[in-house]
Amino acid sequence: MRKERWYSKLYVWVVMLFLYAPIFVLIAYSFNANKSRGKWTGFTLNWYNELFHNELIIQSLINTLIVALFASVIATVLGTAAALGINGMKKRSRALVMNLTYMPIINPEIVTGVSLMLLFVSARAILGEFELGFVTLLLAHISFCTPYVILNVLPKLRQMDRFTYEAALDLGCSPRMAFFKVVIPEIMPGITAGFLMALTYSVDDFIISYFNSGSSFQTLPITIYSMTRKRLSPEINALSTIIFAVILLILLLVNINGSRKERAATKRRVEG
Amino acid sequence: MRSKAASIPYLIWMVLFTVIPLGLVVFFAFTDTSGNFTIANISQVGQYMPVLMRSIWLSLIATVICLVVAYPLAYIMSRRKSYQQRTLLMLVMLPMWMNFLLRTYAWMTLLERNGVINRLLGLIGLGPFEMINTQGAVVLGMVYNYLPFMIIPLYTIMTKIDNSVIEAAQDLGANTGNVFARVIIPLSVPGITTGITMVFVPAVSTFIISRMLGGGSNLLIGDLIDMQFLGAAYNPNLGSAISLVLMVVILICMSVTNQFDSSEGREEMMV
Repeated sequence: MRKERWYSKLYVWVVMLFLYAPIFVLIAYSFNANKSRGKWTGFTLNWYNELFHNELIIQSLINTLIVALFASVIATVLGTAAALGINGMKKRSRALVMNLTYMPIINPEIVTGVSLMLLFVSARAILGEFELGFVTLLLAHISFCTPYVILNVLPKLRQMDRFTYEAALDLGCSPRMAFFKVVIPEIMPGITAGFLMALTYSVDDFIISYFNSGSSFQTLPITIYSMTRKRLSPEINALSTIIFAVILLILLLVNINGSRKERAATKRRVEG
Repeated sequence: MRSKAASIPYLIWMVLFTVIPLGLVVFFAFTDTSGNFTIANISQVGQYMPVLMRSIWLSLIATVICLVVAYPLAYIMSRRKSYQQRTLLMLVMLPMWMNFLLRTYAWMTLLERNGVINRLLGLIGLGPFEMINTQGAVVLGMVYNYLPFMIIPLYTIMTKIDNSVIEAAQDLGANTGNVFARVIIPLSVPGITTGITMVFVPAVSTFIISRMLGGGSNLLIGDLIDMQFLGAAYNPNLGSAISLVLMVVILICMSVTNQFDSSEGREEMMV
């Protein structure tokens, strides 16, 4: 293959600059002593200090994690069970269920958000007064997370050899045991991927939460939103820096782990 | 394995939290505040036509820019060595994992009147330019936020294009332009359509980017919906009607896009 041209390299650098320059500007300003975004007046860690003492932010971080954990665990159980059932369905009913499952993914988030809000507001008219808050937020998050679990588990179920399950039964496993010893390990990568996807979508979600959280229960994205509405909020820069660092760390760990596995596999192939 | 019963909880959930809510959107769109049938809401959407058109227009521009910027990048990425591919993919995905509010806020810092760009331009004696609160800023925000959604499906499809196919075309006398026009682009159509959908749908329905970067005068359809549900103009019936129109617009756009693509592997790439 031909060697890569210089302008290809340059192009990659330009796009990366476009993607990262804004983030690096935020990071730089998180150390700026001046409150205003424009002027640089010296180095400070003051904003980080204020961030860690800002109870609203800490509380909304905790809220985010609670909702995300509950939502992704419930969505994983619900979605895995659903995938098992959908896999056994006849073609036509499966197509119907899958089309409805795609709805929250294909629909714009704002439509999913307002449709759920309409549901809760209408339910309030029937069930009596309740405030939008933790429960409605959790229900909404489970609803948009579950499809991602199904879409990750279903392909694994299709790939699975039906006969391994039957072999386990023939060898004396009870259906229950065969399920936990054969089926679950086989589809585990899909379950894990679905869980992680649900978790990240839940942590990151703003639009659907915005319509369904009410005023009493704020998640971190909602708090960030109210911070961006203010004219000056230098803590946001510090928060962005921390979030960026955490994501970078996670991605690096995952990547290093992945490439190590790959290298080990290549080594085995070469040696074996 | 007989396991149909396992999906019953989900089926109930799906009816409660997907089917009924969407049914409510339709119901609210066609009723007035006391629940009587009316088409007044839908016809009222007509007076917001300029906003709808602006949303479609700006997000179309953003989608085209994303495609033009992402296509060469995805191709270059897909021809690199595998460890470089992995690193570049990680670099593309990393900003995507930051909340889009923070990414958009970053552009506020850059674009505002006393912002970084105007200060840098000031050093060489230019400006200050009015960059924030313009339609250009909104498009920029869309491109910045959704560019990875275009790069990733394009890259995924291009890694499947075998180098020997390209070399065969070259051996048969095709120049670079011909290789792209007759081999690479046709083979990457599924990635293009997925990318277009994944950029256009969130772009046309956004309401935060326009508010943060577009100021008050560049409202989009998403802002209108938001105002009907959480704003001072509380009117869920009109809001539902606008949402319904938005869904129809997106369905039309998606079916137009899908005309160009008859492949099957699209669903797995959406995820």
